[in-house]
Amino acid sequence: PQAFQIFILHKVLISRNYMGNMDMNEVDHFMPIMMRMEEDAESLPLVTHGSAHFLWIKHRNLYLVAMTKKNANAALVYSFLYKMVEVFKEYFKELEEESIRDNFVTVYELMDEVMDFGFPQTTDSKILQEYITQQGHKLDVGAPRPPATVTNAVSWRSEGIKYRKNEVFMDVIESVNLLVSATGSVLRSEIVGSIKLKVVLSGMPELRLGLNDKVLFEITGREKCKTVELEDVKFHQCVRLSRFENDRTISFIPPDGESELMSYRLNTTVKPLIWIESVIEKFSHSRVEIKVKARSQFKSRSTANNVAIMVPVPSDADSPKFKTSTGSCKYLPEKSVVQWNIKSFPGGKEYMMRAHFGLPSVESTELEGRRPITVNFEIPYFTVSGIQVRYLKIIEKSGYEALPWVRYITQSGDYQLRTN
Amino acid sequence: MTDSKYFTTNKKGEIFELKAELNNEKKEKRKEAVKKVIAAMTVGKDVSSLFPDVVNCMQTDNLELKKLVYLYLMNYAKSQPDMAIMAVNSFVKDCEDPNPLIRALAVRTMGCIRVDKITEYLCEPLRKCLKDEDPYVRKTAAVCVAKLHDINAQMVEDQGFLDSLRDLIADSNPMVVANAVAALSEISESHPNSNLLDLNPQNINKLLTALNECTEWGQIFILDCLSNYNPKDEREAQRPEILKQEIKVFFVKYNDPIYVKLEKLDIMIRLASQANIAQVLAELKEYATEVDVDFVRKAVRAIGRCAIKVEQSAERCVSTLLDLIQTKVNYVVQEAIVVIRDIFRKYPNKYESIIATLCENLDSLDEPDARAAMIWIVGEYAERIDNADELLESFLEGFHDESTQVQLTLLTAIVKLFLKKPSETQELVQQVLSLATQDSDNPDLRDRGYIYWRLLSTDPVTAKEVVLSEKPLISEETDLIEPTLLDELICHIGSLASVYHKPPNAFVEGSHGIHRKHLPIQHGSIDTGESPVSAGPAAPIEQAQSVIPSQGDLLGDLLNLDLGPPVNVPQQSSMQMGAVDLLGGGLDSLLGGDLGGGVGGSPAVGQNFIPSSVPNTFAPSPTPAVLSSGLNDLFELSTGMAITTGGYVTPKSIWLPAVKAKGLEISGTFSRRQGQMYMDMTFTNKALQHMTDFAIQFNKNSFGVIPTTPLPIHTPLMPSQSIEVSLPLNTIGPVMKMDPLNNLQVAVKNNIDVFYFSGLIPLNIFFVEDGKMERQVFLATWKDIPNENELQYQIKECHLNADTVSGKLQNDNIYTIAKRNVEGQDMLYQSLKLTNGIWILAELRIQPGNPNYTLSLKCRAPEVTQYVYQVYDSVLKN
Repeated sequence: PQAFQIFILHKVLISRNYMGNMDMNEVDHFMPIMMRMEEDAESLPLVTHGSAHFLWIKHRNLYLVAMTKKNANAALVYSFLYKMVEVFKEYFKELEEESIRDNFVTVYELMDEVMDFGFPQTTDSKILQEYITQQGHKLDVGAPRPPATVTNAVSWRSEGIKYRKNEVFMDVIESVNLLVSATGSVLRSEIVGSIKLKVVLSGMPELRLGLNDKVLFEITGREKCKTVELEDVKFHQCVRLSRFENDRTISFIPPDGESELMSYRLNTTVKPLIWIESVIEKFSHSRVEIKVKARSQFKSRSTANNVAIMVPVPSDADSPKFKTSTGSCKYLPEKSVVQWNIKSFPGGKEYMMRAHFGLPSVESTELEGRRPITVNFEIPYFTVSGIQVRYLKIIEKSGYEALPWVRYITQSGDYQLRTN
Repeated sequence: MTDSKYFTTNKKGEIFELKAELNNEKKEKRKEAVKKVIAAMTVGKDVSSLFPDVVNCMQTDNLELKKLVYLYLMNYAKSQPDMAIMAVNSFVKDCEDPNPLIRALAVRTMGCIRVDKITEYLCEPLRKCLKDEDPYVRKTAAVCVAKLHDINAQMVEDQGFLDSLRDLIADSNPMVVANAVAALSEISESHPNSNLLDLNPQNINKLLTALNECTEWGQIFILDCLSNYNPKDEREAQRPEILKQEIKVFFVKYNDPIYVKLEKLDIMIRLASQANIAQVLAELKEYATEVDVDFVRKAVRAIGRCAIKVEQSAERCVSTLLDLIQTKVNYVVQEAIVVIRDIFRKYPNKYESIIATLCENLDSLDEPDARAAMIWIVGEYAERIDNADELLESFLEGFHDESTQVQLTLLTAIVKLFLKKPSETQELVQQVLSLATQDSDNPDLRDRGYIYWRLLSTDPVTAKEVVLSEKPLISEETDLIEPTLLDELICHIGSLASVYHKPPNAFVEGSHGIHRKHLPIQHGSIDTGESPVSAGPAAPIEQAQSVIPSQGDLLGDLLNLDLGPPVNVPQQSSMQMGAVDLLGGGLDSLLGGDLGGGVGGSPAVGQNFIPSSVPNTFAPSPTPAVLSSGLNDLFELSTGMAITTGGYVTPKSIWLPAVKAKGLEISGTFSRRQGQMYMDMTFTNKALQHMTDFAIQFNKNSFGVIPTTPLPIHTPLMPSQSIEVSLPLNTIGPVMKMDPLNNLQVAVKNNIDVFYFSGLIPLNIFFVEDGKMERQVFLATWKDIPNENELQYQIKECHLNADTVSGKLQNDNIYTIAKRNVEGQDMLYQSLKLTNGIWILAELRIQPGNPNYTLSLKCRAPEVTQYVYQVYDSVLKN
């Protein structure tokens, strides 16, 4: 049972009743509940009034609310709401009160198309844009028809695409999520990988991607090479799963333009790429002294770029003083952090930073949580997992030559080190 | 240029202006006007008065305009049903449009207009659209069937749309298949036959093919549907273990929203085990020093729960809690003391050394929970705390300002102290007893005070036994979900039910029609102690339950069982129970109308309902020729052939599944032994708590069946324990005709709740021992009962000879009065009598070589004969 109604509201801005058997005024209870929760500093993504359940997400200052009286599939509803935000953003650049008002006719059309009787339908904005446009149409001439992609088996690519120069850009992006305890032990470390495509190819090309996949190499008996063991592999709809199941071949007809081909996760513990040691000493009523040591724990031929290390400081700190062995520091009072920026951080190096803050003699009564140090970075031409694209073959019946481009990058995901 | 200008119309005369614009000659103007109307509708203005004008714009060749008009119709058709009919023609026409987008739009919108008159016109276009050449139209039409079913289910069935949907499962297009599956699943929710789509291997293959090719949403519909399929050879799932290794995933991050933090904590506790307890504790300690009060409290509580759950970790948990107490953060200390009390209860006499540390914090406790916990600890370990009397006395000063919880605990604690150290504390105990009894107007407190007082003054030794008795250990995991509920929630994973941890029918209105989902029975389960709870005997349950028209309403007030003090219940006599008026008057005698005519309607009519005018010799009978021609043989049969061994007893079936009764499962059957009727039941406790205070009551029923004694369960039923109960019955209770006749509605109460179920009584338990009719009387009666009361039944596939048949039936008090052979056929003439005096006469024809017997039954109350037939059928086949 997916049955529900969707509202986009601030006050109710626009709504659509997909089931027709629910009182649309029930939504009037929603904002008061939100306000009450705000007062109580609470926040729940699912709230109830009587027999009505509201599942909501917030985008900027807009709430997107789904209302149901049934045992709806909550996971589906939230996914759908986020998908709607995506669709609206691709249509109107931004989703905000103004863009909804400016395009309310299109919004209605989209809402009519993306869901029917509570069942999500086509939510791919590229396909939607083929027949829901912002121009008025005459029916007799040139009125849009449902594009074959709406219902086709190959629903993600239209026929008759033409480019003068055929190219594919492939990005292998790995994000490192890390959680380290205050005593320096790694609580959690995982790599979330994603292979993104930008496809500029004519016709209906067949692509085949070869990775140094451990399972594949075991099948084919090539065990000497360095391989990676992928977990939780998720593919774009276009990848033929049966082929993958059979012989681990990743073959597909790609969607046009940008898309995510696959994602994966690795649980293998790797040395944290950037290791932080910190001493934060607080002398009540007088000062805070911060010492931070950052060490890059990857091979020296790689370099981390745009490294930003955010160290928490008390919210009432003042008169900052910094000293760094490299890079520069900035105090961001609105976030109560000192941000240490290192433009370029080669592997195997160690840098230091010291900061000194004054504290007011009258201490704030507000209790402050011990916030973690967070780190942002990106390391180009490097994958922490060691994943490699061995080949990307492109075959199209017209026989054109196409160039594949592959880039690798490793970046920080949710990278937190707790402090004392 | 944007649409926002449409929102800025001047208010005065707006509707009037719009009306004019909607009727403008120029198309462009009309389109602008419709946009303004929709804009007004969007901001919540009532523009329904423009209905006819907007509908006039429907016939347009502008797609955008058409969509707007449709949108308007969806919103206002319900408030203007008569005018909505004006739109029907356009809809029907649009369903034939050459552009599939228009056809789909029309059929989609029509389905959203919940006006009866419109739905009538929808059928034909819908039928065409379901077979449309364009898959976009077909997928839209598939959903439309579900819409229509929601408005008029009967029509959808009558029109054969369900079959059309099933056909679409084989559609070549994956999106069409997905929507057809979604529609069928949606319809199943409210359909008596929950299994609209037969998940046979063929259909499953079709779905799997579509699964590969459809959108992510379509995949969800198909997977949801497939998850209802129970493979025959499913291996035992290893659910909890899946997550155990992933406990790190649930470690709280600083920037998690608070609701995520709290939820993660819950999960961590559930996953805590000896293997990961060190990590979990380190995390919990970290959380306990955060700033969010709710989160910190919960983290402290979690440490206590770990101690109780993982015995090996108890010591470490206690020392962690002591560390936290040292922080002196007020709410941390209080929460810690509450959980330490629980740890003491779980591991008595193990950690008393820390009491001194706890006592240091006495003054900072300002929450009732924490105060009560501390008082309990002091009372429980009074003998080891030198200044226990001083500590407790300090609480007495503000006795009347304390919460009831604290007062009660303090009273008990001081009584404990007195029993342990009587010499020094006499004054203290008198003080608290007088505070509790004389100065308090709280009845609970006074009652407890008086009880202690009397105990102490009459028999101090007994008082000691009572007050200082050994306490049951607290349960390991108070937060476990009942296994039956858990099973159901797993079936609804990802839905609101799994968020609320409630079964769907607990929060969805009017969900009586919703079919409860179960996990498949897990074959080859090693744990033989726990039999499959719910899925197994589904058929008998369904059958039995279908007897009750609508559970809630009727049964809600069926039994106003007194839920008062449980001590009364076992003493309730059957007469008292019978005297409770269950449903108010309305005694609709089974016999009244039907027999009233010739016989006088007395319930005792059986013995004397032969008219006195029946002659001793018979005139040619109007009954079948066989009978009249062979009367002589009738009397040649010897009587009394079989020894009574007790009648046929149907196997026990589950009457009350545990999922419906908070873990109580009742299976049972009825029997008649030595002339006494019994209800033989097995009570099984599948909950986590023990069950006590059982009582049973019947609704009025066709045969006046009531229990002769209270339910003979006198000891608590412990978790996973079963008990066999034979409840003697008699038929002196109030009578109300039920449908079906042998339906018995039962209420069972225990300490948890009252539960209702119903069962069908096999009629043979009402067949009395003196059911053998005199031959003469038999003939006269047979003749006397009008022919239209004779009903014929077939007993199929039976391979017994006439004598065996007689013998078998006699065990159930069906007596053969005569046997004849006519043209190679054996004819048995039989009689039986019901407890309420109704006689049933039978003629059973057995042809050699033909396994199908013909049974003719005659009775003045012919509605009972089909139940008698059922008895024949089951007796002869078992």
